[in-house]
Amino acid sequence: MKDNTEMLRFAETVVDSYDCRRESLIAIMQDIQAKYKYLSRDVLELIAEKLEIGVAKVYSVATFYENFSLEAKGKYIIKVCCGTACHVRKSQPIYDALRNDLGLIGKQKTSADGLFTLETVACLGACSLAPAMTINDEVYAKQTPESALAIINEIREKEAKANG
Amino acid sequence: MAKLTRKQFDKLCANAKALRDKDVRQVLVCAGTGCIASGSMKVYDAIKAECEAKKINISVELKDHVDHDADGGYHLKKSGCHGFCEIGPLLAIEPLGIIYTRVKPEDVPEIVEKTLIGGEVIERLLYTLNGKKYAKRDDIPFYKGQERLVLKNSGKSDAEDLTEYLALGGYSAFEKALFEMDGAEICKVISDSGLRGRGGAGFPTGKKWESVRKQPEGQKYVVCNGDEGDPGAFMDQGVMEGNPHSVIEGMLIAGIATGASQGYIYVRAEYPLAVARLKTAMAKAEELGLLGDDILGSGFNFHLHINKGAGAFVCGEGSALTASIEGKRGMPRVKPPRTVEKGLWERPTVLNNVETYANVPGIILNGAEWYRSYGTEKSPGTKTFALTGNVVNTGLVEVPMGTTLRKIIFDIGGGIKDGKKFKAVQIGGPAGGCLTEEHLDIPLDFDSLKKVGAIIGSGGLVVMDENTCMVETARFFMSFTQNESCGKCVPCREGTKRMLEILTRIVNNEGTLEDLDMLESLAQTITETALCGLGQAACNPVMSTLRNFRNEYLAHVVDKHCPYCNAAPKVLKIDPDKCKGCTKCAKNCPVEAISGQVKKPHVIDTTKCVKCYACVNNCAFGAIKEE
Repeated sequence: MKDNTEMLRFAETVVDSYDCRRESLIAIMQDIQAKYKYLSRDVLELIAEKLEIGVAKVYSVATFYENFSLEAKGKYIIKVCCGTACHVRKSQPIYDALRNDLGLIGKQKTSADGLFTLETVACLGACSLAPAMTINDEVYAKQTPESALAIINEIREKEAKANG
Repeated sequence: MAKLTRKQFDKLCANAKALRDKDVRQVLVCAGTGCIASGSMKVYDAIKAECEAKKINISVELKDHVDHDADGGYHLKKSGCHGFCEIGPLLAIEPLGIIYTRVKPEDVPEIVEKTLIGGEVIERLLYTLNGKKYAKRDDIPFYKGQERLVLKNSGKSDAEDLTEYLALGGYSAFEKALFEMDGAEICKVISDSGLRGRGGAGFPTGKKWESVRKQPEGQKYVVCNGDEGDPGAFMDQGVMEGNPHSVIEGMLIAGIATGASQGYIYVRAEYPLAVARLKTAMAKAEELGLLGDDILGSGFNFHLHINKGAGAFVCGEGSALTASIEGKRGMPRVKPPRTVEKGLWERPTVLNNVETYANVPGIILNGAEWYRSYGTEKSPGTKTFALTGNVVNTGLVEVPMGTTLRKIIFDIGGGIKDGKKFKAVQIGGPAGGCLTEEHLDIPLDFDSLKKVGAIIGSGGLVVMDENTCMVETARFFMSFTQNESCGKCVPCREGTKRMLEILTRIVNNEGTLEDLDMLESLAQTITETALCGLGQAACNPVMSTLRNFRNEYLAHVVDKHCPYCNAAPKVLKIDPDKCKGCTKCAKNCPVEAISGQVKKPHVIDTTKCVKCYACVNNCAFGAIKEE
């Protein structure tokens, strides 16, 4: 629970930095998520209390926008672009290969080891280099299922080494 | 810091111009999203390090005391997007006027030694087409057919350097508007220029500004729509990253014209670089005194804010966008009242697209007649397009309105990839329509496209070759729109869902002829009754493919076999020579499609295989391949 206490403390400073302005709700949640990659229930309640609005309202905004996550995410967030340009240059097989490699079933998005979260994104604006994907916001251009898997494996090896 | 006066500003601009005139020795590394993804920042760092090692002076901004003519050094710039992202990372070197393509950090020592020091051109790094090498950017066919107004400075200057923007005449249109024109005059020039909104609908910009100007006095707002959600479009991204000050200048002029003192730029969060560049540009303009209170001592106040989107396509719609700025769910509302009457915080609001604002400074500076010399009578000026998909040259292009698709796809775009045949081009994204061979020669402008059931939209052009299934494409767009439907109005929320179900059924060869009628009738209802543009336009891809490619729908529905979806399907096969019979593939197959005895070659049952690649990834001998 240490993480949550820390997150709450951080959330409080973020809300204060926006002078508790209600119109800054989206920016506040973005700032908190930028650090912790998701928003816990307690954080939503804290924001509601400080902005003096209902938790339901905060929840409604958090769930309306695709970018907010109410669940913890992996250390590496992979986003495979499924925009039109990437779609016609075959991005779906890349997503499928990654999903399978990470062993994701059903609605699962995060791998069991907590290392990777796999998502899709509507367009990264890197259409000239389709199909594209990002890992923690770094763009990888002109991918194939094989090249994407190679990148993932490289990260795995790096992580394994770092953990001894 | 004391307030910058007009006189000081003029002096600053004159000084910047003098500096830029002397600034002929330049190395421009493309720092657009595309080239960065291809590794251009590693090239930038390598050049810096190599030059330092070779004791070549490098400056990174326009400065008084640097004279590269004398010291043999270079001004190293991070430029905006050159547009030709396909062949990136791009490197331009002045005064040689050459452009290197696909530059890697390994190439840098040679570039520094031969070109920067020796003035020699490295042939292998030049752009090659049909055996011909092109040294100069403007000779390359991709650039030859273009007319760059909005993207003029992109790729030729440092996107983050305000001094350079001033040197290129930046903010002088703002100065002119501020001191020599009143709101009515500005609106008139914009109206006379015939500038129409570049966000898609093509509403006359001058008319919009005039409506806001005429609203009773009080707080008014200028909002810039940078929520370029249309997948396959990245023109606004190019402008925001490559020339952020032009957007700010356009908004400032809109502020003077309408009497607004607050501005908001709403950028989608998927464009982190655009957000960062705009923030830097805003901070620099503020520092200099071009944003804030009593700008240049004129008494005009303008404060600019930036908001990041949070991943909702519908926020590209005006009233949804303003709701999102207010910190609410981005849902459109019923109109009227229109945004010009009641927009942000219920106040009169000018809401324009990024490219529209970027067009404004040029018009104010050069006049309406100059602007009208480009493009067509009813759609003057130029338009940027993002050319992507199965085309040889993908990238950002800017052409005069009225240019034909044939010119864009075949002359600038170099035709279809891998020598295949052209089939269709989707214009305007999920709200647009597809155009075919017969439309290749119609002029691209707002009105001509409307006549054939398509829209310019934001300017995405996704080219599809002969192997693309248009039914699948329509399904793809519907799944996008359905996913992005905000859920407020029933026709869009429920209707798109049903249409997606039907389309999925058809793609899977399980549809019936009645389904086609149902699609048409649903499409008509949704188009007529949906609350906002997203829903009203959601069916355009379906309608236009039904119109232009009905035979492909029939192939799915009647023949139960689509020649495009099933063209030479690839299957996974195990190479018996390489397979050691370790059984790992069979154990990992989720659908039990692999069989075989231990230590004997295994076989994949292709009728069961779902091509998940689990076997490929688990095979230690590389025995499984796609054929």
